[in-house]
Amino acid sequence: MVERSIRVERQWSWRTFLFQWEWLLVLIFIAVNVVNSTLSPYYFTADTFLQTPMTFLDMSFLVLPMTMVIILGNIDISVGSTVALSAVVMAVAYNAGLPMVLAVVLCLLVASACGFLNGLLMTKFKELSSVIVTLATMIIYRGIAYVILQDQAAGKFPKWYSALGWGSIGKVPLILIVFAVCAVVFGLLLHKTSFGRKIYGMGSNLTASRYSGVNTDSIIVIVSVLTGLMAGFTALFLTSRMGSTRPNVAQGYELSVIAMVVLGGVSTSGGKGRIAGPLLAIFIIGFLNYGLGLVNVQAQVLLIIVGLLLILSVLVLNVRFGGRYKRSVPGAAKKLATQEHPSEKSP
Amino acid sequence: MRRSASFTESFRELGLLVFIIVICAIFQIRNRNFLTLENIQDLLTNTAILSIMSVGMMMVILTRGIDLSVGSTVAIAGMVSALTVQFFRGISPVVSVVEAVAVGTVVGVLNGLLVARFNVLPIIATLGTMNVIRGLTYVVSGGAWVSSYQMSRGFKEIATGELLGVSNPIIMAVVINVLFFYFINHMRTGRQIYAVGSNPEAADISGIPRRRIVWLVYTLMGALSGLGGVIWVAKFASAQSDTATGFELSVIAATVLGGVSIAGGSGKVSGLILGTILLGILNNALPLINVSPFWQQAIQGVVILAAVLTNVLVKRNNQRFALRRRAI
Amino acid sequence: MRKFLIRAAVITAIMAIALPVALFASGGKEQGGGAAGGAAKYAIVFKNTGNPYGDRQMGGFKAGIEEQGFQAILRAPDQPTAEAQIQILEQLISQKVAAICIVGNDKDALQPVLTKAMGQGIKVFSLDSGVNPQSRLVHVNQADSEKIGTTLIEAAYDMSGGSGDIAILSATSQATNQNLWIDFMKKTLAQPKYANLHLVKIAYGDDIRDKSVSEAEGLLQSFPNLKVIIAPTTVGIAAAGKVLTDKGLGGKVFLTGLGLPSEMATYIENGVCPYMFLWNPIDVGYLGAYTATALVTGKITGKVGEKFTAGRLGEKVITQAPDGGTEVLLGPPFKFDKNNIEDWKKVY
Repeated sequence: MVERSIRVERQWSWRTFLFQWEWLLVLIFIAVNVVNSTLSPYYFTADTFLQTPMTFLDMSFLVLPMTMVIILGNIDISVGSTVALSAVVMAVAYNAGLPMVLAVVLCLLVASACGFLNGLLMTKFKELSSVIVTLATMIIYRGIAYVILQDQAAGKFPKWYSALGWGSIGKVPLILIVFAVCAVVFGLLLHKTSFGRKIYGMGSNLTASRYSGVNTDSIIVIVSVLTGLMAGFTALFLTSRMGSTRPNVAQGYELSVIAMVVLGGVSTSGGKGRIAGPLLAIFIIGFLNYGLGLVNVQAQVLLIIVGLLLILSVLVLNVRFGGRYKRSVPGAAKKLATQEHPSEKSP
Repeated sequence: MRRSASFTESFRELGLLVFIIVICAIFQIRNRNFLTLENIQDLLTNTAILSIMSVGMMMVILTRGIDLSVGSTVAIAGMVSALTVQFFRGISPVVSVVEAVAVGTVVGVLNGLLVARFNVLPIIATLGTMNVIRGLTYVVSGGAWVSSYQMSRGFKEIATGELLGVSNPIIMAVVINVLFFYFINHMRTGRQIYAVGSNPEAADISGIPRRRIVWLVYTLMGALSGLGGVIWVAKFASAQSDTATGFELSVIAATVLGGVSIAGGSGKVSGLILGTILLGILNNALPLINVSPFWQQAIQGVVILAAVLTNVLVKRNNQRFALRRRAI
Repeated sequence: MRKFLIRAAVITAIMAIALPVALFASGGKEQGGGAAGGAAKYAIVFKNTGNPYGDRQMGGFKAGIEEQGFQAILRAPDQPTAEAQIQILEQLISQKVAAICIVGNDKDALQPVLTKAMGQGIKVFSLDSGVNPQSRLVHVNQADSEKIGTTLIEAAYDMSGGSGDIAILSATSQATNQNLWIDFMKKTLAQPKYANLHLVKIAYGDDIRDKSVSEAEGLLQSFPNLKVIIAPTTVGIAAAGKVLTDKGLGGKVFLTGLGLPSEMATYIENGVCPYMFLWNPIDVGYLGAYTATALVTGKITGKVGEKFTAGRLGEKVITQAPDGGTEVLLGPPFKFDKNNIEDWKKVY
């Protein structure tokens, strides 16, 4: 018996390989670096590439689970508030006498619990969209943080704690190492496990997945808990970088994270996107920010640039290559129009 | 038989309505001055801008879209009209309003272009335009702001003027809501919006001009944001570059609270109005109930969550009731 | 596996070509080194953009720096958060500026990054909205914080006729200088002279226009016997002024606090706010400029008692600050009323 392997993937060609969103991002990344290098002599140093990520990687932990959330077709705008609440709880607990290591664990637990609550609400009340659930929890979580800490700051952490956000192993920052490990884990989860395949399936067609036997509820809850856990990581590193925390930290993080994920080519209609895209987007936006800041570009100009970048990158792919984001409705209409009615076929 | 069916239908948002009544009762107990005519006037005036803009957002969300750029549109429309009044004191307030609506419409057309013509996902397109328009607002104003003494009395009266004892913004909000109700329920284009959101492919094949409708929806959102912008700067007698930052979230919250489905295709005007009123009450009444300001945000979040959960539970109950009635 | 290897190879190839190209493009330019060539650079970081008060302050700083022949860098984030300021500060550290003048969004959160800056030889001091003593060499204060507190309570006493309910409408609950002034106001109220003045509420408008309006209206609804509203924040006082004007409460409820003359002109002229206070932000920035250069040249090190000349502002001396660090004062708060508002409303 000759073993035949069934080709389930499209025929590989240079055209389809190169004309992908992720390649466009690689090009943009290189372009950003070239522009930055010509603008400022301070840019192109080993220090820049190693040290600068410390400034934007704390937010980036959230990009990893957010990619999963958006592939699922959902959204989570409560992440900033989760960061704030878990950071505040950790700080208050430590200052009340809890050993720092336990406080760190508490931070991760609280954050995961916040995520769990999100997941629970979304699965028990399916009529509610993720927007409204996370909108409510966004306000509640930060509200609790305000109740706990009011107008005070809490800090005075032990010396070793600041090494989390500022320290390096050799020349490589600790935060970069931890982030790389998390990125690999999430990448494997998403692309090499059945868990990941199920997420894509649910994003494409939730009902079909459910009828195919996928336990959609538990997957949504797991993804929510992962989101919470990563928010806890963000809280750890952000608090370490600031040396203290208040209820108003991490405000606006959710929009920045979502921007990075969509710039990374993940479609919010669900079911499409790879982890590589958002990873590239993190570094594009991070280095763009840094490089333009080195020549003291004003904040409002930077706003315009990032906005244009977002729009243009989508336009380029949509207009020129059709890509996977063009609605194929005209095509479907044509197909239906030229299709023969089954009953017209000769018996 | 038919009468009782439509009876249950119109009570789809019953849960929300009951919730609002309960909340008002609680607030009234905490502070006797809550349900006074003056406070209600204040509340409605402050919610007017939210109401006008949530009408536009409802249309956008009905088509499975979203518009994150409304806050920035409010800022730029308000800034442009305020700057014009600063340099041309004598112009009529009507011209200012038209000008602001025009600016908002331009932004809306831009959003519509990106979403309808170039097939950019609404969240990306409007995230991008949100940033760009906000940046432009800074550039246009040069970072300066327009203060009360630089605005003409007529301009400020756009927001403070009254007609028969009711303030202008309330009248504008009511008119727009009524027009919208008629449009979305009794005009063909309005009904087509529901179709586009409910099933875009089917709508396209049925001959509904999908692209044009999507473009129209974003244009209208922009126009309404422009109107919101001029009322905003007139009301606060101040135009700054960071006006209405984060306001888009309030508008989306008001719309979604009222039961407009984010997946598109369903939502009623009655729900929209209730959602807007609930949010308006939360924004305006919390300072009145004599709780520590540090508890305000937590209370707001809990109330919103309770409101949506109540609504869901009542709907489920209704459906079960309806099913039982139909059991043979 | 094959696809992965091919992708990795292509990426490496492109990087291998692109990096030397980029290096070549930037080659020939100077790398690192302190104030290499050109003028030394002095930076000021404000709280956020689109804030005319901040623009005036940064403008004053720029004038002072350029007056002394150096280059000024003006930066501000588009959101008033500490996280955004940390990013800007990192960029300034990389540019190896001579001194950083920080108007902090958070008293404590900037400590690690400012300590890093100081560790690299950059002189760090705060202006207007201070940071904690460990993060700075000295603080440039526009006016004595205690004096601001007592002056505002005096004004409330005067306007209320000696007794009655008063309320404070502040910015965010986290703002350093707001909380400092409120503390001093409370301390002043404890004195026997003000025994008949009752502070009924501290409301937070978060420096957001519509929220400040809601809070102001809330105060009026909740406390019918309210006599005076003190709003030590420019957004809050303007919002309260509009609310009182619209409700026609001028003459019944009075308003004072810290406000911009341009924003408050209408309300001072119509009597809702008999008088209010502020200082000239241009002068504050100007003083900051001279403090910066004095620190860099070593004329001062931030210790109590040191003196330096601040251009047209004359001689300044460093004093003890209430938070344990040191500060330099600009002068007493400036009073704005019907007589001078016409002149000042056009300035800022």
